[in-house]
Amino acid sequence: MRRTIAIAALASAALTLTGCELSPKQSVQYGHRGTGMDQVTLKKVAMAKDDVPAPPYDSPSTEGPRAGAAYQNVQVLGDVSEEQFTYTMAAITAWVAPEQGCNYCHNPENMASDEKYTKVAARKMLQMTRNINSNWTKHVATTGVTCWTCHRGNAIPANYWALPEAGKNGIIGNLHGQNQPLPASAYSSLPNASLALYLTGDPKTDRSIRVVSDTLHPTKANELSVKETEPQYALMNHISTSLGVNCTFCHNAQAFKPWNISTPKRATAWYGLRMVRDINGKYISGLKDVFPAHRKGPMGDPFKVSCATCHQGKNKPMGGYKMAKDYPALWGQPMAQPVSGPAAAPAAPAAPAAPMAAAVTTATH
Amino acid sequence: MATYQNIFTQVQLRGHPEAGIDLPAGSEPRIGKGSFNHLMGIIGHAQIGPVYLGWTGVFALIFGFFAIEIIGLNMLASVNWDPIQFVRMLPWLSLEPPGPEYGFTPFVPLAKGGWWIMAGFFLTTSIILWWIRTYTRARALGMGTHVAWAFASAIWLYLVLGFIRPFFMGSWAESVPFGIFPHLDWTAAFSIRYGNLFYNPFHAFSIAFLYGSTLLFAMHGATILAVGRYGGEREIEQITDRGTASERAALFWRWTMGFNATMESIHRWAWWFAVLTTLTGGIGILLTGTVVDNWYLWAQQHGYAPMYPDTGVIDPATLGSAGQ
Repeated sequence: MRRTIAIAALASAALTLTGCELSPKQSVQYGHRGTGMDQVTLKKVAMAKDDVPAPPYDSPSTEGPRAGAAYQNVQVLGDVSEEQFTYTMAAITAWVAPEQGCNYCHNPENMASDEKYTKVAARKMLQMTRNINSNWTKHVATTGVTCWTCHRGNAIPANYWALPEAGKNGIIGNLHGQNQPLPASAYSSLPNASLALYLTGDPKTDRSIRVVSDTLHPTKANELSVKETEPQYALMNHISTSLGVNCTFCHNAQAFKPWNISTPKRATAWYGLRMVRDINGKYISGLKDVFPAHRKGPMGDPFKVSCATCHQGKNKPMGGYKMAKDYPALWGQPMAQPVSGPAAAPAAPAAPAAPMAAAVTTATH
Repeated sequence: MATYQNIFTQVQLRGHPEAGIDLPAGSEPRIGKGSFNHLMGIIGHAQIGPVYLGWTGVFALIFGFFAIEIIGLNMLASVNWDPIQFVRMLPWLSLEPPGPEYGFTPFVPLAKGGWWIMAGFFLTTSIILWWIRTYTRARALGMGTHVAWAFASAIWLYLVLGFIRPFFMGSWAESVPFGIFPHLDWTAAFSIRYGNLFYNPFHAFSIAFLYGSTLLFAMHGATILAVGRYGGEREIEQITDRGTASERAALFWRWTMGFNATMESIHRWAWWFAVLTTLTGGIGILLTGTVVDNWYLWAQQHGYAPMYPDTGVIDPATLGSAGQ
């Protein structure tokens, strides 16, 4: 009897230690009672990776000569003051290449030169950042984004994806692109390349995310099979994992489809998904010929963004800290500025800055 | 007190193994003479065998072996024949049905779902042969065929999921993969695609009968064990010749809930609850996608889904430009 009690006590102690999160939690209800719409969060979370770096120095004047006049080959940030330009460059160095420094993108002999591919990519990323901050306020609101939001001190953001290799033939070593415990499918057995089906930004290939019918009875309008629903479920799991939230953060689990019982967060997420498509389609895919092979996926396409790239487990990246307000240079027009200065450096070798449409097209799917 | 702790069988008989009644003409011989096993005797009857396999049993085992081999070897192949990865990844591994591009044709390349069709065919053959076995063995013993029909109810759900519904939908891609997590993910995707299976009334019936079955099983098992000290486990005797065990059991339920099953009727309740679980479940699955495509909308139309307050959120796709 005593031995039984001892074994039972040991077993329950082991269960307590392995199965339970002991730190204090907070529960917030944000849906109608009885719908299970609440979010349980830990009161104290290790915030190390969310620590926002301080600006390199106090934000300088936005007055004075423009950077485009003072320096050569300034195609995006030409409209900011010279002092702001230097300040922003210092910040970008700390965000993206803190160890390599300025020379990660620039030739120290000729800072205006586009000979390093990293500089061409960085220019495109600045256009992207300005596009997000000016045109995607329905997702980023007034918080905005900076390079740090994704990069966090790494030249390549920690969370990215690329198109999957073509499926194998035969059955040997062929998991059919699923049935693997990977973060991309939230450790489920669902398809693990679902992002490539929905978020490339190519309207010709991106599938509609909507799988539930508008009608009570079957119609030709929706003949999607259960098998074709699985990648969508994987995508939803990706969002959930990336944001560290449950399904009910956006949806009333009574019915995932109707908007009028969903939370406002779902609309924010809807714009976020279109923003991801916009980023991948307009900015990342265009860098295909700029990046060297080791910066590309198995199919030769550049590393793309997903929800996880910015969010990194938080429903608001970095807990919603508004760091972009300290960097006015990131809020300007996303379009390339006319190159000024007497002797423009050689233009970007392979990625001419295509004019960016100010308005973003709406994909209804 | 310990005498009546009936966690394990207290008494094990030994002697000449019980051979049972003579088999009807045309029967095959039984295998073995019967032997005794102490450990089995602790949880059940100590006598093992003789077994009546018959041709249905033999072929059921052969076809079942083929099905398990096809499923297992496909899973093993998917991890490059690595036995360690096979064990490590087993819960994730699967044999997937053909994709939607193949419709419902039986001719699908093996690696694209043909193996799934073949495994399903062998498994179904095996199960149906085993069903015939439960029927004929019951008949040979002069029993009713209740076990066979209860088994048939489970086979119905299995066939609806893997064959009948895919046939009506015209697509193998509607059917369930063979795999531990994969079939669970299929279940969730199925509910998502068809607007929440919770609002399928036959799904609701099935759950009610499933939970009801466990409740009845617990009530009945507990009652019989509780009157074991009066010989209550000899239920058949108690049905025909009601003794004090039966009286006390009946009295207990009349005292506690005012009504009681009889020694015989409780088994009818349990049988119907169990049978209706898969019977109604199969109907619910069969109606999904064939008759009803969105169960939430169905439930709204029938006043069955509760209406929650409008949150005022509007589908952004109806609002024009995405980024403005």
